[in-house]
Amino acid sequence: MKIPYYPGCTLNTVAKGFDASARDSALAIGFEMAELPQWNCCGATFPLTPDNLIALCAPAKVLSNARKEGDTLTTLCSVCYNVLKRTNKVLRDDREKRGVINGFIEEEYDGSVNVVHFLEVLRDRIGFDKVKEAVKRPLKGIKAGAYYGCMLLRPFEDIGIDRVESPTVFEDLLRAIGAEPVEFPNRIECCGAHLAMNNGEIVERLSGNVMTSAVACGAELIVTTCPLCQYNLEKSQGGVAQNTPGYNEVPIIYFTQALGLALGHDIEKLGFENNASDVMGLLKKKGIV
Amino acid sequence: MPRIGVFVCQCGNNIAATVDTKKVAEEMGRLPGVVYTCDYKFMCSSPGQEMLKQAIKENNLDGVIVSACSPHMHEKTFRKASEAAGLNPYRCEITNIREQCSWVHHDRTKAVGTVKSMDLTRMTIQRLKKNRPLDKIRIPVRKRALVIGGGIAGIQAALDIAEGGREVILVEKEPSIGGNMARLSETFPTMDCSQCILTPKMVEAELNENIKLYTYSEVEKVDGYIGNFTVRIRRKSKYVDEERCTGCGECIEKCPFKVESRFELGLAKRKVIYTPFPQSVPNVPVIDAPNCPKIQKDRCGVCALVCGPKCIDFKMEDRIETVEVGAIVVATGYQLMPNARFGEYGYGRIKDVINGMQFERLASSSGPTGGEIRRPSDGKVPDSVVFIQCVGSRDEKKGVSYCSKVCCMYTAKHTMLYHHKVHGGKAYVFYMDIRCAGKRYEEFVRRAIEHDGAMYLRGRVSRVYERDGKVIVQGADTLSASQVEIEADMVVLATAIVSRDGADTLAQRLGIGYDRHRFYNEYHPKLKPVETVTAGIYLAGTCIGPMDIPESVAQGSAAASKVLALFSADEMSREPITALVNKATCNACWDCVTACPYSAIEKDAVKNRQGEIVRRLARVNDGVCQGCGVCVAACRSKSIDLKGYTDEQVFAAINAF
Repeated sequence: MKIPYYPGCTLNTVAKGFDASARDSALAIGFEMAELPQWNCCGATFPLTPDNLIALCAPAKVLSNARKEGDTLTTLCSVCYNVLKRTNKVLRDDREKRGVINGFIEEEYDGSVNVVHFLEVLRDRIGFDKVKEAVKRPLKGIKAGAYYGCMLLRPFEDIGIDRVESPTVFEDLLRAIGAEPVEFPNRIECCGAHLAMNNGEIVERLSGNVMTSAVACGAELIVTTCPLCQYNLEKSQGGVAQNTPGYNEVPIIYFTQALGLALGHDIEKLGFENNASDVMGLLKKKGIV
Repeated sequence: MPRIGVFVCQCGNNIAATVDTKKVAEEMGRLPGVVYTCDYKFMCSSPGQEMLKQAIKENNLDGVIVSACSPHMHEKTFRKASEAAGLNPYRCEITNIREQCSWVHHDRTKAVGTVKSMDLTRMTIQRLKKNRPLDKIRIPVRKRALVIGGGIAGIQAALDIAEGGREVILVEKEPSIGGNMARLSETFPTMDCSQCILTPKMVEAELNENIKLYTYSEVEKVDGYIGNFTVRIRRKSKYVDEERCTGCGECIEKCPFKVESRFELGLAKRKVIYTPFPQSVPNVPVIDAPNCPKIQKDRCGVCALVCGPKCIDFKMEDRIETVEVGAIVVATGYQLMPNARFGEYGYGRIKDVINGMQFERLASSSGPTGGEIRRPSDGKVPDSVVFIQCVGSRDEKKGVSYCSKVCCMYTAKHTMLYHHKVHGGKAYVFYMDIRCAGKRYEEFVRRAIEHDGAMYLRGRVSRVYERDGKVIVQGADTLSASQVEIEADMVVLATAIVSRDGADTLAQRLGIGYDRHRFYNEYHPKLKPVETVTAGIYLAGTCIGPMDIPESVAQGSAAASKVLALFSADEMSREPITALVNKATCNACWDCVTACPYSAIEKDAVKNRQGEIVRRLARVNDGVCQGCGVCVAACRSKSIDLKGYTDEQVFAAINAF
């Protein structure tokens, strides 16, 4: 099975491990992530004003390219997923806006692509039980906190991957690969997102809340779905550790890295060298490598 | 040749200002069949009515037309007057030349109004020529009522009907009557104990000779129409002979098995043979068959051994009883919305997050903690409690659009109960608005805030989670525009009131309407608040929508008064405006059966002398038919006519235009 795949800019630059581990994992489970032959940036934000159509043109272009490859498009980055899925809904449901955008990007796209997150592919098309069968190196004994962030879940009417306030999809995956999911209260709170550009303090506070909350609940590892979350958490952790008495730094990795690990890939290929935190230490401690 | 009289009313200046009534009368007199015309200042006054009667007698009229106001105003008046003069009342017709003519025209030359009044009256004349005399429908009334639901509304209705000297069958699904009110601790705004005011009523209902209690029973089928319903009731097997049981409770005490109590909402356990609560009426235990090892696997049977009067029978089966009643009161009550959908509040995951009804049980002296406020997880007396209002109510996205009406009041009551029982305890309330319209309600809430010191925070809660044995509540205080985090010991959710599961099925069985929330529809929300569109079926209490105890009781009494009025005569008479099937042309396509909103059309058969069915045809039940005319439009072979509004009449009127 081949599924058209949109990596997005970050996965081609700073989050290479996210991309590579996902492709390898897919192959190990039995499908191929076929990168779109032609793609551009998704725009990285879904506009908050309803008439800001220019911001929808970039994702619309991606979607119309994807339509030529098939009726499904999968992504990994939560932001890309959010922007593409919501743009697709506008194009599907709003005839007037569709006309304007299509006119601008010179395409005839009708919103017929089904945008799915990699997690959805695993859950709905493959099944977590199949994933479980493919596991060769279960992450036994690792208490992992699944950090959803906001973009993967909200708004419910547009995204609908899981219940917004009490999601389980991420924990279910962690369970399938042998880890012990830790449900922590701030798992669906914002990391600070783009405020990293101009107000690092807020990011440190919000990301700090996420991490302290996870660690307080016993997490030894935080797993993310979004390069921006990953970046903000990693960047803030040093400061948080300094300012929070009793806080122990924990490794933060992408969920596909965790998946790849469990599926038995070479450690070198998972791209841990790009992670700011010490993953190997934990893995050695737990006797996984 | 018909002998018709036309009476044109001036209605003071209401009609005469824009209509030349004299001219209308004169012109109408020229039409064939019209033998008498006149105009008069106020036809509805007694001299006007006298004039009408006089004219009918003197001129030997066989039909009269009053061109006046809307038939809604005075059709009854003039038909009555005509009847008094010996005319069939349905040979009297009204032309509306006020609301539909003089009031909407301002032409002071009277040209427009006069011409239009003549047109309208002429149409009525042609229509009247085709009118057939009709007789009122008389229906015998069986003077026994059925009340469905043994909560406070149903009990009140049953008691009032019984006191009016009529028999009542009170059907309750649970093993005891009492309903949700039996669960409550104290009631606002007087803080009198719910059990103390409810139990006497329950006992009264049990002892009243006119009331038959059918507990642990459900209505399965309803047939018939006003005055003559046939109801099939399933009396679920209690495995205990009600007649012989003395209610000693020995069986309950000796039963070795426990399961979660539904009455206590999961806060306590009960035995497998049980009464829901100590004051149950009737005080007869039932066996919870799915959980009973004797019934399931033929093990145990202790209860039968210890039973003195030997009234336990493990082989007992459900019984079906069919009863005939003349009227039905539906008082099936409400339930709380399932909370699990509000993941942010952690209900179901965090033990110390409970709903308002569970708090009632904690505060109730007959509850699982004996009235002490103790949190479910570890039995600790909570130092602080957060109350969250509008959980599901006024939340179109995740809950329901409406306001549940009683939560503001009961939350204030909860804070009071908590403060009174736990001195030094701190109650916080997150609210959207405080809605406390009612007698002495506002004062009650002020007392909770000002005297007892409940901390009211205007805003919503975003997240509830556990940390070190505390329940952390994060929320917004919109009045100070700040985020707040409260470390509480317990959280109470004021969950939305919703209709009962199965409310729609019951409505379909009864043939009554319900809204998108499955609350039952009143006939008219203001003027007929306890009637339904189906004659003879009345509503009371929270099956109509969220309401408090006083309102439920008032509705119970209102429904009872309607029933007693219906039962005051041996026969009831109804307007004969019903559908009539032409037996010669009906081809039994049953489109009318599907179309009829009142289930008034039956599938009938014609039999030959040997008793074999030779053909089928539709038959309208006059007792049920409301004369809406839907079947007339649906009938493909034009075999149905509405009496008083036949096609012949309608076309005659149109042709005259």
